[in-house]
Order: sequence, then C-alpha cells, then structure tokens
Amino acid sequence: MLSRVADSCFWLSRYVERAESSARILDVNIQLVLDSEDQSANGANNLWRPILSTLAEQELFHSQHGELNGDTVMEFVTFEKANPSSILSSVTFARENARTVREQISSEMWEQLNRLYLHLQSPAARVAFRESPIGFYRSLVDQLHSFQGITDATMTHGEGWHFLQAGKYLERADATSRVLDFKYHVLLPSGERVGGNVDITQWMAVLRSCSAMEAYLKLFHGRVTSWEVAGFLILHASFPRSIRFSVDALDQALHSISGSERGHFSNEAERLSGMLRSNLDYTTVDSIFQSGLHQYLDQTQARINEVSSALAETYCSWL
Amino acid sequence: MKGFFGTYETGNFFDEMFEADGQVRPHYSKILERFSEMDVALFEPKRALAEKTYLNQGITFTVYSGDEGTERIMPFDLVPRIIPAHEWRLLELGLEQRLRALNLFLHDIYHDQRIVKEGVIPLEIIRTAKHYRPELVGLDVPHDIYIHICGSDLIRGADGTYMVLEDNGRCPSGVSYLLENRQAMKRVFPKLFSHYSVRSVDHYPQELLEVLRYVAPQGNPDPTVVVLTPGIYNSAYFEHSFLARSMGIEIVVSQDLVVKDACVYMKTTKGLKKVDVIYRRIDDDFLDPTVFRKDSVLGVPGIVNAYREGNVNLCNALGTGVADDKVTYYYVPAMIKFYLGEDPVLPNVETYLSAVDSDRKFILENLENLVVKAANESGGYGMMIGPNASREEIEKFRAAITADPRGYIAQPVISLSRSPCYFDGKFEGRHIDLRPYILMGEKTTIVPGGLTRVAMRKGSLVVNSSQGGGSKDTWVLDEMEAPC
Repeated sequence: MLSRVADSCFWLSRYVERAESSARILDVNIQLVLDSEDQSANGANNLWRPILSTLAEQELFHSQHGELNGDTVMEFVTFEKANPSSILSSVTFARENARTVREQISSEMWEQLNRLYLHLQSPAARVAFRESPIGFYRSLVDQLHSFQGITDATMTHGEGWHFLQAGKYLERADATSRVLDFKYHVLLPSGERVGGNVDITQWMAVLRSCSAMEAYLKLFHGRVTSWEVAGFLILHASFPRSIRFSVDALDQALHSISGSERGHFSNEAERLSGMLRSNLDYTTVDSIFQSGLHQYLDQTQARINEVSSALAETYCSWL
Repeated sequence: MKGFFGTYETGNFFDEMFEADGQVRPHYSKILERFSEMDVALFEPKRALAEKTYLNQGITFTVYSGDEGTERIMPFDLVPRIIPAHEWRLLELGLEQRLRALNLFLHDIYHDQRIVKEGVIPLEIIRTAKHYRPELVGLDVPHDIYIHICGSDLIRGADGTYMVLEDNGRCPSGVSYLLENRQAMKRVFPKLFSHYSVRSVDHYPQELLEVLRYVAPQGNPDPTVVVLTPGIYNSAYFEHSFLARSMGIEIVVSQDLVVKDACVYMKTTKGLKKVDVIYRRIDDDFLDPTVFRKDSVLGVPGIVNAYREGNVNLCNALGTGVADDKVTYYYVPAMIKFYLGEDPVLPNVETYLSAVDSDRKFILENLENLVVKAANESGGYGMMIGPNASREEIEKFRAAITADPRGYIAQPVISLSRSPCYFDGKFEGRHIDLRPYILMGEKTTIVPGGLTRVAMRKGSLVVNSSQGGGSKDTWVLDEMEAPC
C-alpha cells in the first residue's frame, strides 16, 4: 500500500473518532449543566470552561469570543471552521482524507462520510442543533457509528483497514484519557466535598461521555467512586473505550500491518505500543492515584503521541 | 407533440428528437411516449433523485474562477440522447480512421518528418506548435502508439451531418460522467431500458486497463499500472479516482513517486515498488521539473529520463499536444489521405488559419461572423463567438490575431444540433455536442456513444463544464433495434 494512502487512512480514522468523542462530551456536558444545582449563569459557565481546556484551542476561542458560556463554547467546538479541532473541522479533514483514498475504501464508506459532511454544512444542521442540541449530538454519534459499521462490513480487512483501526484506537485511547482529565479541570463548588453528591454526578458524567455508564454499573453494583471510575476507564481489559482495551487494539493493528508476532516488535511503533500495553496490563489503580491521576494521564497521552509519530516515521514518511 | 412535451419548439435548428415538422424521430418515439405521460409532479422527484445521487457520491468538479474553488455537480439532464446503430457505425469508422492517422502523424514528426518533406504540412507549423517536443525526436515508444486515449469532439450542423470539431489527444476528461450518467439513468428510469436495447458502456475501465497493460515497456506481461493525478484539488480528481477504482489500480500523486537509476518507483509501506505504466492526468509541462517547467510541484524529477530510457511508459505519450493544436487540426483530413490513402469518413469543420495571409485577411474582415479560437487552449477558454461578442472583445481578438497569427484559427458559427432539456417544468431545446472516447492498444475500441455535453444557457454554444455546461446519458442502439 502507498505510504501516503496509509497515512490518509490513519488520519481519516482519527478524525472520525475525534468528531465522535467531541460530540459525546458536549452531549454529556449539556446534561451536566442541566442537572447542576447551581443554575446561575456563573455556575453554568464554570462547567463549560473545562470543555475548552479538554477539547479546544483556548487562545483562539478567547480571541473570537468575549464571553464564555454554553452557546459560545458549543458553537466553537461544533461548527467553528477556524477551530481545527471543531467537529465540523474533524469531519471535513476526515472527508478530505477519504477523498484521497477513495480507491482504497468502499463507496459506501465514502458516501456515508460525504453525506455527513454535506449535512453539517447545511442549514438543516443548524435547525436541528437549535431545536435540540442533545438530539443533534446523538444523531451525529449515530451517523459516525454507522460509518464504523459500514467500514467493518464493506471493506476488506487488509492493510488499509488495519491502518484505519490503528487510527481509531489510538485516537480513542487519547480521547478517553482526556475525558478523565476533564474531571481534573472541573472545580468542585465551595462547600462540596470529594465523594459528595456533586462529585459523584461529575464522575457519572465522565462515564456517560464514554458510553460506559451501564457497563460500569453492572460491575460495581451502582457504587460510583473516583477510584473505581478511573480504574474502569483506564484499566478494564474488555470495555471497548478503556485506554487499556484501545491500546491493546492499537497494538494488534500495528502487528497485523507488519505481520510480526505480538509480544515482539519489528519497528519502533510496535516497540512503543507494546511497552505502553504491558504497562497498562501490569498497572493498578492504587499506583495510578499514588503518582497522581493527572500526571499519569498526561504521561499516557505523551506516550500515545510517541506511538503516532513512530508509526508515521515507519510507514508514511520514511523517505 | 403531446402532453408534457406540448410546448416544445425545435426552432430553426437540427433537433435530435424531432423532425423540422414536429414529427418525433422514430428512435425517440418510445421516449416521447413515456415522457408525455408524465407531469411536473412526477418528473421533479426523479430529477431531484438524480441530483442527490451525484452529490452524495461526491461526483463533483471544482470551479476555480470566482472567490474560492467550490465543488459543483455537473448539471445532468434526464432526456437521453439517442444514436441509431447505422449512425454509430459511421462514427466508429471515422473516429478509428482519424486516430490511426493521428498516431502515424505523431510517429512521423518525431522521426523522419515525411509529411513535412513531402510538402503536406509546413515545417513552420510543427516547429511553432506550443506542445511540440523537439527533445523527443528519435524516441521510440511501445508499439508506436502515442495517443492511447483520444477524445474527439463531434458536432452536428444544420443538416445533421456529423463533423469533428477538435481532437483531444493530451488528457481528455469526462469519461467518468459518461459512466455515471448511465448509472443515474438506470436508477431513475429503470423501465425505459426494457423498451430499448441500449449498448452497454460499463466495460470502459477494463478496456482502458487492457490498453495500459498492452503498452508496458519491453512487453512486460504483468506490469504495475498506476493513475497519476495532480491531487484532490484538481477539477477532475473525481474522475481520476473513479478510474483507478474501476480498474483496481493505485492512484498516485507525484510525491508518491521517485526515480532511481532511471526507473520509477512508488513509495509503499513495504518499501519501493517499481511502476511500469503511468496513466498520467498531468500535462507535459508539469510532469518533470528537471525537463519542463521548473516551478512545477506536481511533477516527478527524473521521470522523463526514465521514459526516454524505456523503463516506464506514459499514457498518453509525451508530445501528443502537437496533434491537438487547432492549427494541426486543419491538416488532419490531409494526414488521413497522406498516411492511409483514404478519404476522411468524418469531415472537419471549415477552418481558416490566420497564419495564412489570405485567410487572415478574411478573418479580420469577418470577425463578427466567425468563431475564433486560440490554437492551444481547451475547456472553452481563449475563444470568441463573433455574433455574441462585444465590440471590445472583437478588438481584443483582432489585436491578438495580428500579433500572433500562428496562435489562432477561425471557423464559421455552426448552429450545433439541439436536444430537449428539462427546465422548470417544461422542455426547451439546448445545443449539444458529443465527445466519444477512443482507445488504441492492440486494437482500437470505442465505448458506444460518448459524453453528450449540453450548453445549459439558452442560446449558448459553449458546452464545456468549466463554462456551466451539463451532460446527458448517450444511448447507442443495438443493431437489432428496429428503426421504429
């Protein structure tokens, strides 16, 4: 497969996953704001600020908007073309990449992505958004899920598909770590204690934005604690949005591309992903909290980035 | 005429569907029957369905002029253009003959130049052709084929005679629309096809691949063939990727290719892979910055050297532009006689060369009645239609012709034939042409029909998509199809 095509498949998939993560996070945050006991404008704005630090270009936002509130943040993260990480930008980049590899992906995949892009550009999308932002984000996530389903069902599971998988899971591992980190940026209102009602509501929001609520509750019988939520989202071996699961799938995809055996490595990307994977396999929640959750997530994100660079170096920009 | 077609007027033009007295031509009678039963309420959803199909599939081209490059779909009209079998037989003969002569001409001018020595074409015309490549003189190309893919534009004048308007021997585009138009028609009017036996066009990509494989260097029986595109911002990118997909081969941009030891390789995830045949959709000028335009970022340094060494083949060959120069066009009937000893099956449009003194005098005296074309432009650019031109425009062309007589030709204004097109609830006549795609490999094949292009603006004679032209599905009827 052409190096450039591999690169495009990888990024196409990352952007699709990124758009999905952003849509989930916004959806959940709207609910969080609605559930909040502090219904003052100030209280709501305190809940929108962390979205910016998690998802977006803060400086660009402040240069464009005087005021930080739900409307400006949602607009900026959803439709702003100048914001390279907005949902619209992500879908646009995904489509651009898809256009360059149309002979690799199936026509059905292209058409789904193209439809979504045309929809987001249309006045109809604005209308739907105004009528119900929650409905808008859910339908967006649905359409992106359709894309994943179409991909699995219509594309040969060969090299190109493995690059798509690598992009998807790498982005997902990164996104989950960001969502967890998001909680770190949300300040508890004064008088609220760690483990109190507000704290728990916020952790539940984190679970929801990873679609992890139901899976988590089954496992922990309705008990929500920071410790267990973080443990679940980082270390669970078979929940499909946990960091460990995602890194494992990334590692699998990389080995499928090269054909080398798992547990061994034939290039730098595989070495780094293997190291990250075994670290996740042998880490405990206790040790994570001992070193500090925020620090751990920061470090993990840095390592995920290293895998991404090594992959590009190995397959895409080697000459 | 009846029903939905009730208000249709043929005007004073040759109409593809109706005789001058308003009688439907026999090969259109079943179409008329079907369409007459319809009304706006039935027709409009079909039109919308076709449009949506194109948009969702991203069958778009990019328009540059204007504030930004915007993606547009090419307007598609739902009334098919129908060519009866006996007309098509004639076109096939004429097109095949023409391409044979053009290829012999190219081989000749890059070798012995017999045609010049024997006084048929002045050396000066060849030497000053913008796309003549003296650096290729003496170079042999596989099977002596230069133009593998030719798009010769055909028009019909007031009496319905088919004429060749120009030959596109560099990178003719539009074949993807031909194929997609058929898909769209099948989707929108599936039942129509059961009333006609329309010859299939689907095999074009396979025929093309066969040609590309046939002309591999050193007769390599299992060559690696790729499509080279300038990239996704090129107006024809959809077509490039469409063809690569339909042939099941890679589409590459110049950055994917490197030249080592006079061989071309592509960069893959598993290392370098040798490329044997390149269907390039980049003009000569941009192909190799070390040989042609130094500022080209679309090109591959060293690729021309690899070509000269015979390690890679380019389709079409380098230097074919000299054959679709509009001054060379003037000499094609003479070429046919010279190389083949045959009379041309398809006539040229009457043409005046401003490089010839007597012609130039005539042109300058009659600018307001003629169509003037720059010899080396395409896509409807560099062209003036006298009767529609402003005083200012006419003077601009007068000055240009005087300054560069070799650079222009003139032709009488031909009232191209018209075909009914649907606009806002009714049918109106619009001028059309036909671009068939002729492939030359081991044998010459022509996909039945071609792309019928439509000048969508009322009264306009310009059919190019870059100038707002649209298209129609083109049906060539099977020999078995009864004439009425």
